[in-house]
Amino acid sequence: MTVNLSKGQAISLEKKDGAGLSAVRMGLGWQAAKRRGLFGSRTREIDLDASAVLFADKEPVDVVFFRHLVSDDGSVRHTGDNLVGGAGQGGDDESILVDLQRVPVHVDQIVFTVNSFTGQTFQEVQNAFCRLVDETNGQELARYTLAGGGDYTAQIMAKVHRVGSGWTMTALGEPARGRTFQDLMPEIRRYL
Amino acid sequence: MTAELVRGQNHPLSRVRLEIRISAQTPVLAGATLGDEHGTVPGAQWVAHPGVPVLPGVEVSRQAAENHRLAVDLAALPESVHRLSVLLALPTPQGGGPPRFGAVAAPRAAVTGPDGTEIARFTLTGLDAESAVVALEVYRRQDAWKVRAVGQGYAGGLAALFADQGLPEAGELATRVEQAAGRGDATPAPHPRDTPAIAAPQEASKAPEAQPAQPVAGDAAGWSMEERLYNQVWGMFEDLARCTAAYRGAVDFAGSRLEKELDQVLADPRARLGTAGDAAREAARSRHTELVGRARAALDRDLAQLTAEAEVVEPALPQACARWESPVWHAYRVPDEPPMALRLGDLHLPESASLRIPMLVRLPLERPLWIDSGPVAEPGGTVLDSATSRRLALETAVSLAVRLLAVHPAGQFSVRVIDPAGAGAEALAPLTRAGALEGRPATAAADAAEVLGRLAHRVDLTRMAVRGGAAGALPHDAGSGRQLLIVNDFPYGFDDRAVTRLRYLADEGPAVGVHLLLVADRADAEAHGPLLDPLWRSLMRLTPVPDDHLTDPWVGHAWTYEPVLAPPGSGILQRVLTEVADARTKRE
Repeated sequence: MTVNLSKGQAISLEKKDGAGLSAVRMGLGWQAAKRRGLFGSRTREIDLDASAVLFADKEPVDVVFFRHLVSDDGSVRHTGDNLVGGAGQGGDDESILVDLQRVPVHVDQIVFTVNSFTGQTFQEVQNAFCRLVDETNGQELARYTLAGGGDYTAQIMAKVHRVGSGWTMTALGEPARGRTFQDLMPEIRRYL
Repeated sequence: MTAELVRGQNHPLSRVRLEIRISAQTPVLAGATLGDEHGTVPGAQWVAHPGVPVLPGVEVSRQAAENHRLAVDLAALPESVHRLSVLLALPTPQGGGPPRFGAVAAPRAAVTGPDGTEIARFTLTGLDAESAVVALEVYRRQDAWKVRAVGQGYAGGLAALFADQGLPEAGELATRVEQAAGRGDATPAPHPRDTPAIAAPQEASKAPEAQPAQPVAGDAAGWSMEERLYNQVWGMFEDLARCTAAYRGAVDFAGSRLEKELDQVLADPRARLGTAGDAAREAARSRHTELVGRARAALDRDLAQLTAEAEVVEPALPQACARWESPVWHAYRVPDEPPMALRLGDLHLPESASLRIPMLVRLPLERPLWIDSGPVAEPGGTVLDSATSRRLALETAVSLAVRLLAVHPAGQFSVRVIDPAGAGAEALAPLTRAGALEGRPATAAADAAEVLGRLAHRVDLTRMAVRGGAAGALPHDAGSGRQLLIVNDFPYGFDDRAVTRLRYLADEGPAVGVHLLLVADRADAEAHGPLLDPLWRSLMRLTPVPDDHLTDPWVGHAWTYEPVLAPPGSGILQRVLTEVADARTKRE
């Protein structure tokens, strides 16, 4: 597993000129399962899901995932569920956009997770990666290669949390097992 | 979607207010030249650069920097300007050799909306000995604006670039630009139309891009102004729902945290007595106040922005979506085209009672309407008696009917009334007097059955014609245009057969432009038992007085609905109906 940002390393999202980071995007990409010849429709598709859980004082208050694409307050938006993956070459197949300036005042942590909904472990998925991007300039803040990452079906990727008046991102990169973010809640709590 | 442009590629621009963001590895100068239709820049006064950072419609930074935000307002550009070229130049280093873009990482340029949403971007690759470059140009093509990725470099620097654009004294200007950049101050240029007063001061100083821009009517996607306004209103509706959700979430959280903390103090035996407990309680309360205060500040900021938007959007709304008080109704003319959407009323939330969101629905209406004439409490708390609430409900229905009649071209919308009890004669008088109804209000059971039968027949025929792809071949008696059936005091006087017909109209009518408007008190329908439940569920319930029964599709807040009524004694309905009747007579 390659990690541009080492596990637990925190980076402040405050920029040099004092302007805070205003928008981050979590991108998730993977390569679709190879088509089999005759009964191509029976190819077991790979469905990875990106989720973001919003916490206030360690209590989950909202979540953005494929069944709830926009947080109630509108600050966190999922661009939509992708059930089969894509080319797996740099393009994001699922994205979650966070407008940090609009996050409600009581929400102090946002945790990003990846789950394999169809149950394949990251060993079986080709070219899977997830990354966090500074949406204002397209700069990648953290990137993990999930493929070949061992016998896991989920990863708690990173958290973005309030520090003073700005936000800081901490890379977690913790492998886990679970079908949706709900299965990861006990794991996530350890990192709050 | 952001378009990633390659050199020479163009991309349409749907907005007039833009930001052009430049990011480079080393400080660069940024400027803009304004050219005529031949691409010629007539003189030095048409160049925005660090020395002259503001020209009508464009504003650039005062100094060299790694990141630039050029504010562009295409609507404010002089008419003669057909091309705006964005240029970058490397400042001449002191003592060093000539600067070259080949020695630094490729600069990037992005066109964004004022809110930062990226429209297009372009990486200026392949530069070598050049020290000045035209990065992008925004140009007029048949009344629409487009952006093109240019990336044309000049080894001769700014002087060569200016000369190429036909500027006299190009060398002199290039020197002036370089000098100005050297002594420029550090403040990034604000957007020409920004209103810092709305943004919280601490944010304004930290993140200039976060300042809300002056709202503009029609600032949304759509093929026509009408559609853009419609989408903008729905956008405001969603924004208000969501920012209120954020506020309520924060206040609820603050409340439950306070409760938890007070319980903890109570559970701690040491804190029960003495000052420690008081201090802990005090601390918990002040934490609560602080969080609620911050939530309110965030809400107020959003409300100020939405209120400013409402103030420009409301006067721009077309007839069908405007209040009766609006000048567009006073200058009423029968339209040539049916409208896209209709205003059913206003919506507001208790946190922001002064901010009214127009409740717009598309036409033809998807669901039948039900004006509830049941017992309703006035805002003061007094419950209206049955006769009053029935009269108010029918008046609301009449006001909607007049609106529908008036916003359709002459003869393309007809209204029929079934009033089995004959109780609505007074409230219906404006419609009957002006001859705006199709026939007299049906009071006898036989008449009512005839009206229902005729409409059901029309729905049948139209559906068949639509399915068969022969909508133009409808028999004459099927009637043309859209129809509205008002049923007063439903289900009084309706037998099972009539109820079945009505349900058929409710289900199948909307698709073929036959609208239903029931004025009913659900309690009157108890005799029908659960049989009518599916009908009630399929109706959109509106109330004649403000009532919080409508929910939004995003968060599910309870919104207070208020019907759109003419101000008492204004006579506007009568005037409009007279116009409608005139237009109809002329047509016939």
